[in-house]
Amino acid sequence: MLTGERRQGLALISPTLLYSLLMLAAPLIMVLTFSFWTQNYLELDTTLTLDNYREAWSKPIYSTLIFRSLKISLIVTLVTVVLAFPIAYYLSFHVKQRKALWLFLITVPFWTSYLLRVFLWKVILGYNGVLNTALKGLGIIEEPLTFLLYNANAVVLTLAHAWAPFAILPIFVALEKIDRSLLEAAEDLGDGPVRRFFRITLPLAMPGVVASTLIVLIPTIGDFITPKLVGGTDGLMIANMIQIQFGKANNAPLGAALALSSMLIVASISAVIFLLGKRFGGKVQ
Amino acid sequence: MTSPLPKPIIDLKGITKSFGTFQALKGIDATINEGEFFSLLGPSGCGKTTLLRMIAGFEMPSSGTIMIGGKNMAGVPANRRPTNMVFQSYAIFPHLTVAENVGYGLKTRKLPKAEIAREVEQALNMVDLGGLGARAAHELSGGQRQRVALARALVMKPKVVLLDEPLSALDKKLRDQMQVELRQLQQKLGITFILVTHDQEEALTMSDRIAVMFEGRIAQLATPEQLYRRPVDRRVASFIGVMNFLDARATGPINGHLALDIPALGSIALPSAQIPEGLDPGRLNSIGIRPEMLTILFDGNEHAEQVARGEVTGTAYYGDMTYYSVRLPGHAEDVTISMRNTAGRSIVPAGSTVPVGWGADSIVLFQ
Repeated sequence: MLTGERRQGLALISPTLLYSLLMLAAPLIMVLTFSFWTQNYLELDTTLTLDNYREAWSKPIYSTLIFRSLKISLIVTLVTVVLAFPIAYYLSFHVKQRKALWLFLITVPFWTSYLLRVFLWKVILGYNGVLNTALKGLGIIEEPLTFLLYNANAVVLTLAHAWAPFAILPIFVALEKIDRSLLEAAEDLGDGPVRRFFRITLPLAMPGVVASTLIVLIPTIGDFITPKLVGGTDGLMIANMIQIQFGKANNAPLGAALALSSMLIVASISAVIFLLGKRFGGKVQ
Repeated sequence: MTSPLPKPIIDLKGITKSFGTFQALKGIDATINEGEFFSLLGPSGCGKTTLLRMIAGFEMPSSGTIMIGGKNMAGVPANRRPTNMVFQSYAIFPHLTVAENVGYGLKTRKLPKAEIAREVEQALNMVDLGGLGARAAHELSGGQRQRVALARALVMKPKVVLLDEPLSALDKKLRDQMQVELRQLQQKLGITFILVTHDQEEALTMSDRIAVMFEGRIAQLATPEQLYRRPVDRRVASFIGVMNFLDARATGPINGHLALDIPALGSIALPSAQIPEGLDPGRLNSIGIRPEMLTILFDGNEHAEQVARGEVTGTAYYGDMTYYSVRLPGHAEDVTISMRNTAGRSIVPAGSTVPVGWGADSIVLFQ
């Protein structure tokens, strides 16, 4: 028998639960099923097989793309979190008044569509873009720089900019939660600002750092708009390949196998990061 | 006092502190001696915590100098001062074990691991937490957290231990027990303790000397006994314990005595030794008497220097004591009289008229 409280709880979450089941679990099961089938030109062969996975894990093109995706998103995550930390720190420790205004300003980029922001970077980094024109105008370069756009660096830059607010907020919250008397106690016990930061502030902010890392890492591995728009050919990532398999290449089963393989990899990496963070952050309750 | 010639360890001269337009401290002068248990006592907002934080190095005075052990502390940050603090919230590092908390400062001093372990164990034994070093911070009770905070400060062997309302978060029973333990520990170690508290009982039971603070100034700096028996003004008198205030005026000096007229009690001559320095008899307007200095005379055998009459309006029974509210003639407010419930002494019911005994030496003069 369900107690009143439990029934009430279930009733509360059931719309969301239903929605997630329909929108998340169902497609996932479909993709999983697809990945064990085979595409024969126009019809699907529903005999179960591991061929798709064999192809996904053996052909160099796919592993290259996966490694590149991992590399790009790890760099994006590192850049984003490292840049977000000082901003969050400043907000938490040095802004005394108008904290709300600052938080509000951080969300300003969300006022325009993500696509527009990616295009903005194209305008800035392009052959006749803002940066090249400015450098030429200043006489620093003669010919426009071509290494700015359509490569992995452009993808890193664009993604890092886009995900910065998501990284700032969890770190900010973690820093806000640190009891300031702990910092005074560390100072009282002889620590200077630097030692204190590494012994108290950073370990206690670790849950926020881990959250930021995962929030940025997981979606950027699977991003396909940014690489498509600013990545050029050597900036393509695994999600672009998955998109191609489901679309132009008309090989949904292979696309599904690729999608599930990258999902598995992302999940394992996330688990490792989570455990590492827990270990470093220690026994924080 | 422990030594006949007290040696100053902290010297505060002309300390002021302003936060914007608010003046938290308006000129503090005080000397705190080596091995002394010194309390800063006052209501919230009187500046006592600010003063303590200045000694610790978390705040800098707007003007004035702080000397610790003969050295001027101007510009010396908290991490280079020979003081250690027990925070009101205890500030136990949540991500470290008890032993790591206590050894935190020793690690900063780069002591060898074995020595840190030994010192930590010693400090934990001192506060009765021996063997709990491996506990995580969140597994501790309130009283244990307080002991860890204390051990963490003591293990540094500071010249001065600063305690910011360390007992305020504990329940009454534990608080009473910790008062005794803290005092014993301080006397055993001979380290100077400076305690900030708003609890007058705490200050009285633990301290060698107390500075009573109001609105950024020290109103009185004295031993607990002096504070209780000879408060300098009505504010100090009513902050420390219970005090009955009665209107009074001086009617003139009579051969080395001060003649007083107290409408509610009667007339009396005070020996001049009891007149505080700087008191102008012409401006004298009231006297104070503690509840235990007034006695209800239960039968004719009991003797008092002076006797007035009053009517009991209410009683409060405390087990060992009974507190009586007594109306005295010509006095609007009832006075409080506390009587010990000794054998054979019954409680006088409200409405009875009783003789009230009082004496000259229990009278405190106010202007």
